[in-house]
Amino acid sequence: MADTAVKEQKKYTAKDFQSDQDVRWCPGCGDYSILAQTQRVFPDIGVNKKDIVWVSGIGCSSRFPYYMDTYGLHGIHGRAPAIASGLKMARPDLSVWVATGDGDLLSIGGNHFIHACRRNIDLKIVLFNNQIYGLTKGQYSPTSEFGKITKSSPHGSVDHPFNPVALALGAECTFVARTLDRDPKHLQSIIKAAGEHTGTAFIEVYQNCNVFNDGAFFHLTEKGQKEDNVVALEHGKPLVFGANQDKGVRLDGFTPKIVSIDNGEYSKDDLFVHDENADNDVLAYILSRMTYDPELPTPIGVFRKTQKTTYDSEMQNQVNKAREKRSDGDLDELFNKGETWVVE
Amino acid sequence: MENNKSTKQKKTETLDEVVIHFAGDSGDGMQLTGTQFTTSSAIAGNDLNTFPDFPAEIRAPAGTTYGVSGFQIHFGSRKIHTPGDRSDVLVAMNPAALRVNLKHLRDGGIIIANNQGFTPKNLKLAGYEKNPLEDGSLSNYQVYRVDVSKLTANALEDLNLGSKVVERCKNFFALGLMYWMYDRPVEPTINWIKDKFKSKPELIEANTRALKAGLHYGDITEIFTTRYEVKPAKLEPGTYRNITGNAALALGFITAAKKSELELYLGAYPITPASDVLHELSQYKNFNVKTFQAEDEIAAITAAIGASYGGSLGITATSGPGMALKMEAIGLAVMMELPLVIADIQRGGPSTGLPTKTEQADLFQAIFGRNSEAPVCVLAAATPSDCFNIAYEASRIAIKYMTPVILLSDGYIANGSEPWRIPKAKDLDTIPVKFHTDPENFMPYSRDEKTLARPWAIPGTPGLEHRIGGLEKQDLTGNVNYEPENHQKMVNYRAEKIERIADDIPDVEISGEREGDLLIVGWGSTYGSITSAVERSRAKGKSVSQIHLRHLNPFPKNLGEILYNFKKVLVPELNMGQLSTILRSKYLVPAISYNKVQGLPFKAEELENKIDELLRG
Ligand code: SF4
Repeated sequence: MADTAVKEQKKYTAKDFQSDQDVRWCPGCGDYSILAQTQRVFPDIGVNKKDIVWVSGIGCSSRFPYYMDTYGLHGIHGRAPAIASGLKMARPDLSVWVATGDGDLLSIGGNHFIHACRRNIDLKIVLFNNQIYGLTKGQYSPTSEFGKITKSSPHGSVDHPFNPVALALGAECTFVARTLDRDPKHLQSIIKAAGEHTGTAFIEVYQNCNVFNDGAFFHLTEKGQKEDNVVALEHGKPLVFGANQDKGVRLDGFTPKIVSIDNGEYSKDDLFVHDENADNDVLAYILSRMTYDPELPTPIGVFRKTQKTTYDSEMQNQVNKAREKRSDGDLDELFNKGETWVVE
Repeated sequence: MENNKSTKQKKTETLDEVVIHFAGDSGDGMQLTGTQFTTSSAIAGNDLNTFPDFPAEIRAPAGTTYGVSGFQIHFGSRKIHTPGDRSDVLVAMNPAALRVNLKHLRDGGIIIANNQGFTPKNLKLAGYEKNPLEDGSLSNYQVYRVDVSKLTANALEDLNLGSKVVERCKNFFALGLMYWMYDRPVEPTINWIKDKFKSKPELIEANTRALKAGLHYGDITEIFTTRYEVKPAKLEPGTYRNITGNAALALGFITAAKKSELELYLGAYPITPASDVLHELSQYKNFNVKTFQAEDEIAAITAAIGASYGGSLGITATSGPGMALKMEAIGLAVMMELPLVIADIQRGGPSTGLPTKTEQADLFQAIFGRNSEAPVCVLAAATPSDCFNIAYEASRIAIKYMTPVILLSDGYIANGSEPWRIPKAKDLDTIPVKFHTDPENFMPYSRDEKTLARPWAIPGTPGLEHRIGGLEKQDLTGNVNYEPENHQKMVNYRAEKIERIADDIPDVEISGEREGDLLIVGWGSTYGSITSAVERSRAKGKSVSQIHLRHLNPFPKNLGEILYNFKKVLVPELNMGQLSTILRSKYLVPAISYNKVQGLPFKAEELENKIDELLRG
């Protein structure tokens, strides 16, 4: 498959990535924004449309491939990372993206997710996390908070939620990020960064399901609340937040603490400086644990970005080497391997 | 050749066929002994059939009955179809091996026992109170007590090897003795030893000496008065090699990929008895083969589907429990109409069942195992070497009809082996593949007029960006569609596409008269047992006809007509009557089931008796 240089192509616009299918999410759903930002940023990821494939599982989010005018495969529940893995191994030349939800990726598909991460296969996995089952009409999901009252948990869910970022880090994912459906610029920048990464890239997008879990992330997305509740991670920069950029996160041993940086006691120099490329994953893990701590702001941005050989390229290398070293697939030689005898 | 033709005082008897069972502890090297004897017999020109009998436990304690490892070889100067109902010779390295296998030894058969293996401890482990070699309980057999360990140690005395190393050479002594007894060439084994222990000259010397010591022992000892000759069989001229079903399957897939100029992609999760397909294929990366050891059975098949979508020949190999896990994914491949081959190497079930034992009870699962109307093509291999043909055929159909194909094999033929007449690559047909490239009026679910296959349009093709998936497709466009008429139409298309494969497969061949009193219908690995039983019945002057199905969905077009021409139709199966149920419902014939589910193949004599009974009644 020829890797046609994009330069020879006309520059795409967002419109080029819109398929002819009617988008059928509920009006007001956060999925619309994820789709729009993806279509807006895809002209910049430098890949020819014909070489992009979106693979999905089952759920509201998994309708995503139908709306992108690229190649697309709407698979079965939970298996998108496995389908995408097979595709990427067979076709390392393609840019393979997975659209998935919290039920799809972390419940039924949890196994495939962690194994894709540990193999570092070159897939971009976009998790639409709305902390609810939308398509089946409102049951709690593996990211729903403890005690959540839903149709299937009228007395409150007694499940503890997964922390998807921590899970991805624990599974040795080489690119781990979080962003918000209602922060278009940030969402675009993270999609672009994932597209530029070689290896498994995992993006958790907090997505509002306005029908079954409306407002789950409003404290992180709405003006007047988000300023104190979100801290944006930027490589090489200290963790500063607050409406007036007057608060910061400082490490006390391994424990992140909020400090004021406008009363003279601490300055920016005392804060936790984010290093997304750190060899060691401890800092990224500390950041990931801030997520469910009510005292601490929720980090968004790239938690970790490291380099490791990818499964698909290693697999291809073994094939290439075998073809160089041994006869390039001579069937007669293969058939006659081992002890043979002739009957006259 | 170094066989000992100088034997004077011993008489030679000619036999048409012989069954030898080598048995010992898992660590005694019986599989190796058996395969060496097999190669040597093949080179001697015999037809043959073998079956290994592994213990289920990986390293069972030494001396126990559940740690016995066996290898049976049936060779002869006539056509050999099975590893043999009963053995003529039992080589027993310890009491447990004797205890487990004695019931399969024919009356008057030969027992060669390793004297040193019959220690008080081993006797106790095998549950013998007294030494059966001494207490007269084996008087129905010809018992030869041979100091195998001791004589091996004597032969290697001056080599200064550790006692463990010496003990490990004893299987070559036993092999040498059997080579003497059946007049087999020893060179192939000597060459094998040289190659195997290239870097360890002391082991070349030790094993070669043990082998020759066994050979000479037969010649000089007085306890053996007879040796046997089994003349070469009349086989079709050509170059042969011995092959197991799983190895043949792997070669068949590689051939199909090469002949279709596709990359071969295997997604697999280790499972007995299918893992050898993964092991084999992972060696052949130079054939553009990619093998993926997945995290589970579902990932194995869905990754293969992803690879097929990308333009590879996607395949997966598993056994019953894994098959059950893959069903939803097979449904997806049915809906997306992508080529895919699923090899199910059946084993005893349900659930984990009998992992190392054979059964053919996944036929229903293969034909009907998915939710809703999800027809797939189903094929079954008849013999170890037929696995090559069936893998190729399954791939051809999958590609041509853009459909999943389920290929049934089982533990019996997967591990069993027989001589394979090696084809010439250039004589094998190519499998044409045409990826769709024309963006003009491209319709992902348009269809070939003849096969009803949809176009295979792979990512990377400019202008063909499109979406497929598991939701019902609109005719032609492939867009999601829930309209009643469209659903009916698509269900019909998917069914008819599979039905049309019947136009593309050969008629089933009948062996024997075209009409008469009794027809035997078989499928899968029972071919050998049924054929032997039919041959024996005919030798007794009975008229029995036989057909063996390799295509199980759809059936060959002439099947109905054949069935109607017989008064009785007997369907022997290693299940509770699955094919017979299908034949009854499809053709309304009163097919008679003959079933066995013991984890074992049919004995030819069991079938022979059933034939007698039906022809009498
Ligand atoms: S149910 Fe929720 S997640 Fe699904 S489309 Fe509607 S708003 Fe979006």
